[in-house]
Amino acid sequence: MFGLMIKRRQVPGRWSTCLVFSGAVLLSLGIGALLLALQGKPPLSGMLLIFKGAFGSAWALEDCLVKAVPIFLCSLGVAVAFRLQVWNIGAEGQFALGAVGATGVALCFPEYPKGVLLPGMLAAALLAGGAWGLIPGLLKIGLRANEIIVTLMLNYIGILFLDFLVYGPWKDPVSYGFPMTREFTPGAVVGMIGGTRINWGILLCVAFGIMFWVFFRFSRFGYELKAAGENPRAARYAGLPFGRLIVFVLVAGGGLAGTAGFLEVSANLNRLQPSIVVGYGYTAIVVAWLARLNPLAIAVASYLLAGLRVGVELIQLDLQVPAAFGGILEGLILLTILAAGFFHQYRIIPRSAP
Amino acid sequence: MNIELILSLLAAAIQSGTPILYATLGEILTERAGILNLGVEGMMMAGALGAFLTAHYTGSPVMGFVAGGVAAAVLAALHGTVCLVFLGNQVVSGLALTILGTSLTSYLGTPYVGQTAPGFTPFPVPLLSTLPIAGPVLFSHDLLVYASYVLPLVMWGFFRFTRWGLNIRAAGENPDAVSAAGLPVSAYRWAGVLVGGFFVGLGGAYLSLAYTHLWAKGLSAGRGWIAVALVIFAFWHPGRAAIGAYLFGGVMAFQLRLQALGANLPSSLLLMLPYGLTVLVLVASSFRRLGAEAPAVLGITLEPPD
Repeated sequence: MFGLMIKRRQVPGRWSTCLVFSGAVLLSLGIGALLLALQGKPPLSGMLLIFKGAFGSAWALEDCLVKAVPIFLCSLGVAVAFRLQVWNIGAEGQFALGAVGATGVALCFPEYPKGVLLPGMLAAALLAGGAWGLIPGLLKIGLRANEIIVTLMLNYIGILFLDFLVYGPWKDPVSYGFPMTREFTPGAVVGMIGGTRINWGILLCVAFGIMFWVFFRFSRFGYELKAAGENPRAARYAGLPFGRLIVFVLVAGGGLAGTAGFLEVSANLNRLQPSIVVGYGYTAIVVAWLARLNPLAIAVASYLLAGLRVGVELIQLDLQVPAAFGGILEGLILLTILAAGFFHQYRIIPRSAP
Repeated sequence: MNIELILSLLAAAIQSGTPILYATLGEILTERAGILNLGVEGMMMAGALGAFLTAHYTGSPVMGFVAGGVAAAVLAALHGTVCLVFLGNQVVSGLALTILGTSLTSYLGTPYVGQTAPGFTPFPVPLLSTLPIAGPVLFSHDLLVYASYVLPLVMWGFFRFTRWGLNIRAAGENPDAVSAAGLPVSAYRWAGVLVGGFFVGLGGAYLSLAYTHLWAKGLSAGRGWIAVALVIFAFWHPGRAAIGAYLFGGVMAFQLRLQALGANLPSSLLLMLPYGLTVLVLVASSFRRLGAEAPAVLGITLEPPD
């Protein structure tokens, strides 16, 4: 076509890739500016305001880190599954279930000290989130049920279950009708580091991030998982235990997202309420893909997309831009980066060349 | 339960099944061409908003309906560009499309929340609507419902008897053979993506123009995802899609009635019903007979020839 042909690269391009990727992000931001103009908002200063709101002050930078924690954990969770080409998009529901599990422990044993209560809450969150991942895993290996749809449906069901609890059995009797549980006792609250608004849960992020890296780098199971994800057919012939791998990645992902739910409810809200579910689980998918499933890159991308959320909150207040603007940019960035990935794998050369 | 109540419930099942049916048929067309588009939820919302705005400003529900299809087809074109031109991952592109579609419609639709648009009103079919049982259940709806009765048949005939239908199916089963026959595989895939997207958009348009007549956030409420599940339940056959869609319509209608009757159950538990049923339906689909498999290259990116 037009005297050009597409050729697969032997080695992924480096500089050209960087260039094309930045071009993709710029294109998304450009479309975003256009959309601002469409609703009569100042396009350029609006986009700058997002940037300023996210990274323009110490307070904002701190806010980004607070929001990056749940995104990072959820994203690590979906990345484990994506490495096996298992499409876990259930982080949102697993997050909700983690919050529910942790809250259950906090409400049942309010008088326990921190040293007992917090590990108990974490364990409950891991179990509840993991169970929410176990269901699609078992259905997939046992009955070939498509995990994309099952995990997604479990998002709806998990969030409705959370609603049911806070509107019903767990509702605080003195909340004046607001759907929320009682405030947690001090023993159930993960504290903040020094005078910041960043909680100690960030250490869990570091620990899980290192575990993720070590697991794929040094463990036999992790190696099998990576091999199976990169070439499922060869892996099947090699007799790798596919069923176990599938269940493992979904349960592990559920546990990670559940941990995020635990930290959010314990450290940031100190009670369970519906507003805890704000779409971190979907942002996590964008993050995991942008970061090409690499844990360090996931940390960076989590921070950047947390920044996008914080920045959009500012223009929401200052320019009355609907909150959905952030989602538009996320979707656009993911689409353009996907398209840009083409230049990472292929190059276009004149047809006459060998 | 008296007979009146059952009949009105069945009629409501048809009505709430219709948007799901349009969306499922659209996704079947796309998947038959070998392209997996998980953006159905986003495209339905785009269809709903496109239809609403067009009807709101032109006053013509018919133009609105068509505009809904076009709006969703535009989003589908993005998916086509990413997956067919730039060979991107179809699963991730579809998810991105859902994120983009739901956010974009929420953003653009914010000033219109709660406003109304001229929509479709019931048009009982002369004679047929006076039949006992079938009359009130099947023939006392709006025109879009009647159109949706015919569509699965048309689509079945299209796949079964036309050259284009055969070629689209072949593009999803054995693209190499299609190329070898000198036919343009990517043209058939593009057709599947765009026309399929158009039908999905009609489903969305039904939501805002006939189901509610007004604009609200999150109008589709997971119906797009249910449609994706129903494609599997239907084994990629238009006729079975109709059975599945009306089954879901029934559950949604039943759930709404229970809430309206003030049943002693919390609404959050009742709202779980359709989503739980989706999982059950998927599980049931695993007991499939031979020849009920997905198109062979569904979701697989075709490498350019070296």
